[in-house]
Amino acid sequence: MTKGSRTARTPWGPLATLVAIALGAILVPMLAAQDPLAIGDVLARRLLPPLSRGPEGSVHLLGTDGFGRDVFVRAMLGGRLSLAVGVAGSILAGAAGTLVGAVAAWRGGVTDRLTMGLADVLLSVPRLVLLLVCAALWAPGVTTVIVVLVATGWMGVARLVRAEVQGVRSRAYIDAAVALGSSEWRTLFRHALPNALAPAVVATTLGVGNAVLLESGLSFLGLGVQPPAPSWGNMIAGGREVIVTSPWVSLAPGLLLIVTVVASTLLGDWLQARLGMRDTGYGLRDADQRTSIV
Amino acid sequence: MPSSLLTSTARRLGGALVLFWLVLTLTFALVRLAPGDPAAFLIPPTATPADAARVRAALGLDQPLLVQYAHWAADMLRGDLGTSFSLGRPVGSVLREALPVSIGLGAASLLLTFLVGVPLGLLQAAWHGRRADRAITMLSTAVYAAPTFWLALALVAVFTYGAATWGLPPALRLPAFGLRTPGATASGTAALLDVIRHAILPVGILAAVGAAGIARYARASAVELAGEDFIRTARAKGASPRAVTYRHLLRNLWPPLIVLFALALPGVVAGSVFVESVFAWPGMGRVMLSAIAARDYPLVLGATSAYAAIVILANLSAEVLLPIVDPRRAR
Repeated sequence: MTKGSRTARTPWGPLATLVAIALGAILVPMLAAQDPLAIGDVLARRLLPPLSRGPEGSVHLLGTDGFGRDVFVRAMLGGRLSLAVGVAGSILAGAAGTLVGAVAAWRGGVTDRLTMGLADVLLSVPRLVLLLVCAALWAPGVTTVIVVLVATGWMGVARLVRAEVQGVRSRAYIDAAVALGSSEWRTLFRHALPNALAPAVVATTLGVGNAVLLESGLSFLGLGVQPPAPSWGNMIAGGREVIVTSPWVSLAPGLLLIVTVVASTLLGDWLQARLGMRDTGYGLRDADQRTSIV
Repeated sequence: MPSSLLTSTARRLGGALVLFWLVLTLTFALVRLAPGDPAAFLIPPTATPADAARVRAALGLDQPLLVQYAHWAADMLRGDLGTSFSLGRPVGSVLREALPVSIGLGAASLLLTFLVGVPLGLLQAAWHGRRADRAITMLSTAVYAAPTFWLALALVAVFTYGAATWGLPPALRLPAFGLRTPGATASGTAALLDVIRHAILPVGILAAVGAAGIARYARASAVELAGEDFIRTARAKGASPRAVTYRHLLRNLWPPLIVLFALALPGVVAGSVFVESVFAWPGMGRVMLSAIAARDYPLVLGATSAYAAIVILANLSAEVLLPIVDPRRAR
């Protein structure tokens, strides 16, 4: 967080939080007594408040939803999809952006102008609007969300990497590699790119929180992960009708989402400080690219 | 000097128009290449394939894509956005109703965002490293991480259920839905007050998330500027702390903030989709979502072009503003 005088301390708290949520997402649904998707005795079980006991005496940590399903177990199962989509969407977008930016900077000329022109065009529509148009027109689902996150998320990283590669290409070690007979692509991927990756890594880390938020937004609007499969976004939407009488159905998955996004932001902030980059304080939801407020 | 400013502005305008056209063409391609048939939404399920074909012909969907593009482009150049498939009304008039709602919501929230966020960030920079600074950083990081629709639902729970349960005064029982009280006949000041009461929660939520982000930015910038050589020079020559803050630090801080204000507007206008959805506001978000669901191509294209126009105008005004507020950037 702070820069300069104090060296960044390893963020054990955020790391432990993320590991705990990931482990919970993997293990809890496997160990749960009740199937998180099955709808059983609805009348006896529906909308039980947090920490209350169900008819069989099992404790519902975060209560139950309108169909009598355990909110905690479902939120953990939802965490699987939300985390997977967020991490995959962000990493794949970062990888695509790195590739495009590196090639654009290396080749220059028409390749550069075409790819950066496409980035300009895509950046001229708010990312959320692009996401809505793409996600809604194709069949909604996990794959669509990931593909759309990548298609609308590569531009920021591409611009960052392009600038970095352009910066390193005139360095002496590049000339040395070429003089030693390294091929054009080998020079790019073995010598230039590794020295230009830091901003891409930071942007991708900070992009995880952003991708988790965007996925939840799409799922909230019914355009992302489809029920009965839970994701944090569609669980929040599912509790909308009972928000006044049983607020935990919507609020619990949202709290989990906020904790996840905060932890990944703190991790990104730390990485940024660690790699000696300027702290813009504006990392989340923005990696050189202005994104919409979800 | 003015002539060079004129040519550079003209060049930027030309570039912006080309960019706008490319965005529209890309959206046209995206929308038209997607699966799904808009005619299917307009005919009863019992209709025969011949009926479907007639509807498609009436909408011009039976022609080759390039011909459709040419027709659409010619209409656009005349300023005709077409007729909505699902509403049967001109797209222009649908957007004229919805845009002011979303832009008003966005602009009001953005104003509040900066009025709250910038002073907060500066206070944090002044308290840099102290407990108050760390506490506010934690809070702003959490608020910035919260989806607006979640915040909206949480506040609805507090101000409806909570207000009734805890016996909050009626003034604090804020309306949770709509832009106006249904069936209200008030006019003038009373009507305005009614809209403001309805706007408190939506505007407040967007502003809270935005202010959290701007506070992070303002804090980081101010902390960075405070470590610059020219601040040390100003101190060394004996300038009072007040003069250092106002003449040297803030003078360098506000140009990027003004640019950020212009750049942030489109994101807030687009992001209001969620708040509009929770509070049932008749804005662009609702238009966009229902148009997409109905495969209403003209309306989707019209709404997207409105969003793109806002982004491009915001970028343009940021480019024009920067040299004015920061003379070092003037070329």
